[in-house]
Amino acid sequence: MRDRVLRWRTELLLAAILLGVVAVNVSLSPFYLRTGNFVNMFQLSIEKAIVAVIMTLVIINGEIDLSVASVMGFSAAVVAALHEGGSVPFAVAVVVALLAGAGAGLLHGLFVARMGLPSLVVTIAGLIGFRGAARVLVGDRSIGDFPEWFDRLGQDPLVGRFSLAFIIFVVGIVAAGVVLQRTAFGRSVYVIGNNAEVARYSGISVARVKLALLTTSGFVAGLAGVLFAARLGSVRGNLAEGFELDIITMVLLGGVSIFGGSGTLVGVALSILIILNLRSGLGLANIQATTQTGIIGALLIASVLVPNLVDRLGSWRRRSGPAVMPPPASSDTGAGEVRPVVTDPNRTAHRG
Amino acid sequence: MSGTAAGPAERVADGRRPRPKLRPERLRELSLLAVIGVSVLVFSQLVDNYLSGSFFNRVTTSMAITAVLAAAQTIVILTRNIDLSVGSIVGVTAYVTGEYLAAHQTTAPVLAVGLAMLMGCVLGLLNGTLVAYGRVPSIIVTLGTLAIYRTWLIDHANSRTITADSLPQWLVEFPQRTVVSLGGLDIRLVLTVAVVVIVALQLALGRLRWGRWVYAVGSNPDAARQEGLPTERITLGAFAMCGALSGLAGFMFLSRFGTITVAAGQGLELASVAAAVVGGVSILGGSGTLIGALLGALLIDLLELSLVRVPEISVFWRDAVLGALILLAIAGDVAIGKRLRRFWTSPARHSTKPPEREATTDA
Repeated sequence: MRDRVLRWRTELLLAAILLGVVAVNVSLSPFYLRTGNFVNMFQLSIEKAIVAVIMTLVIINGEIDLSVASVMGFSAAVVAALHEGGSVPFAVAVVVALLAGAGAGLLHGLFVARMGLPSLVVTIAGLIGFRGAARVLVGDRSIGDFPEWFDRLGQDPLVGRFSLAFIIFVVGIVAAGVVLQRTAFGRSVYVIGNNAEVARYSGISVARVKLALLTTSGFVAGLAGVLFAARLGSVRGNLAEGFELDIITMVLLGGVSIFGGSGTLVGVALSILIILNLRSGLGLANIQATTQTGIIGALLIASVLVPNLVDRLGSWRRRSGPAVMPPPASSDTGAGEVRPVVTDPNRTAHRG
Repeated sequence: MSGTAAGPAERVADGRRPRPKLRPERLRELSLLAVIGVSVLVFSQLVDNYLSGSFFNRVTTSMAITAVLAAAQTIVILTRNIDLSVGSIVGVTAYVTGEYLAAHQTTAPVLAVGLAMLMGCVLGLLNGTLVAYGRVPSIIVTLGTLAIYRTWLIDHANSRTITADSLPQWLVEFPQRTVVSLGGLDIRLVLTVAVVVIVALQLALGRLRWGRWVYAVGSNPDAARQEGLPTERITLGAFAMCGALSGLAGFMFLSRFGTITVAAGQGLELASVAAAVVGGVSILGGSGTLIGALLGALLIDLLELSLVRVPEISVFWRDAVLGALILLAIAGDVAIGKRLRRFWTSPARHSTKPPEREATTDA
């Protein structure tokens, strides 16, 4: 029991925070608990939530994709430019845009997996480059007048009250969770994130997994970009600019280790709910969007800092107890260290 | 102690050069210089009146800010960390310094620079404390403070803008201040400050015990800790220094643009990382030079400002080309650099290690 509590400690902490936020929100406004409000809450950042799902897998794998927001802008720009050109049916434009997103991801993946470059660097280049490509395609215009079905798909609910993007998010996070926890591929994602060298020696094709994940990341970012274009009804060169930080915040707040190898989609789902509820509540309390971002930034730091401090306090108490050998000089690297950099892959992989 | 160990290496090296001086880092810097030279040549063919004094002045003034920030970022990256909050620190320091100068017109210039650097240093210390003593990964800390510092600025500014006409005259003229004028080429004061700062820091990194510690912590934090190095203090110091330099960049930003909104400096964090990386600083820590970062900043700003002037290329191509360039630079580094490094280390394998240890022990 104690073991299980410890194993799910991050998720329990997040659930407690979520409950606290919801409780405050309920006391702030009687309208908060309506389904409509719940749907609205998701509506404004659903594209970020979709990308956060794939980003979770990328970060667990020990890599990072900073280019997602630019790839969103890029594939939206592809749709817009093809639509403006007018020579292809709109559905074809959408397909081409999705392929363009996947292609961008493939390009990053080739540099990371085949050449062994750090993804942080490759995707910073991608962040700058694909934003540039989006600007080249759209210029300083705002391209709109999409077919009506496209706008409706982005703006109107599809099933009941839920929009297409929301359904894609739910299906995506469940599918990703199954892949991550129940398949050999998911297992290898954790193992590589823990220790790529060990993974290589145990016969996992590290390059192929990384290539697959980064390509998927590009594809999902492209999909999110197209959905965003549909919701907005028009595309500008700066679409989704700066989203990468929000998306990474969603993942890291969910307890995914930035060093790879540990974290769950349950945690990320909770952190998405926390962020959305927090923004909604702060909105109800008339606090501006920029201040909300600052508060979420503080929450992000606290979510790692507080467990660290608790750990260190615990180890300090143990250490100062009687009949304990004087601690070796390096003992503070143990319990006080950032959460599991190296954990037992089997244990982590089977969580959930 | 290196007498026996250096023996074989000297024998091998005798054939070509007695004591090879061209380390991979130098080679990297030289190749960057070559790329910069080639781009200048190419652009001078594409653009009329490209090789003019005024363009030189524009590039060097713009580069001063990027270079100082790249140096700030490099020191942190060398310790195997990253500081994504530098753009926000630039914004905060530029705004607050501007506000202070607008209210106190007679402030001495040195005091204004000191204020900006001190403020940046405090913000950097906060980052460093959370990273070194709170043991929160730097990317998480600085992602958080990126938002927090900016939020504080927006709250504090309350949608007021600092305008150039409210600032003291000397500050507005500061970017035009020239140290030496060679023909049409002005060596501006801002450029001089940036170069002096970077060269001084490079010397400190290369010659002082502190510098070797920074590299040691970045190359292998665990080993450094077990060697008894004060890793926490070194990391804290790196962040503090990064903050102070970002403050200096904030002051330069203020003087260059005069008009400061709450969005000042946004996105500079990625530009600084890009400049460092193009300059050959390893994102994995422990390797790279500030001179490289300086050249990286020069190349990036040169391309940015040059591409805009090519008539066939629209302004919008700038970022696309920049991204491709960064990819090319790092891919080229891997493709060529790895081979060169292998070539470099294999014959001299016996000689490179002991001197390094020697250098650490006599510190």
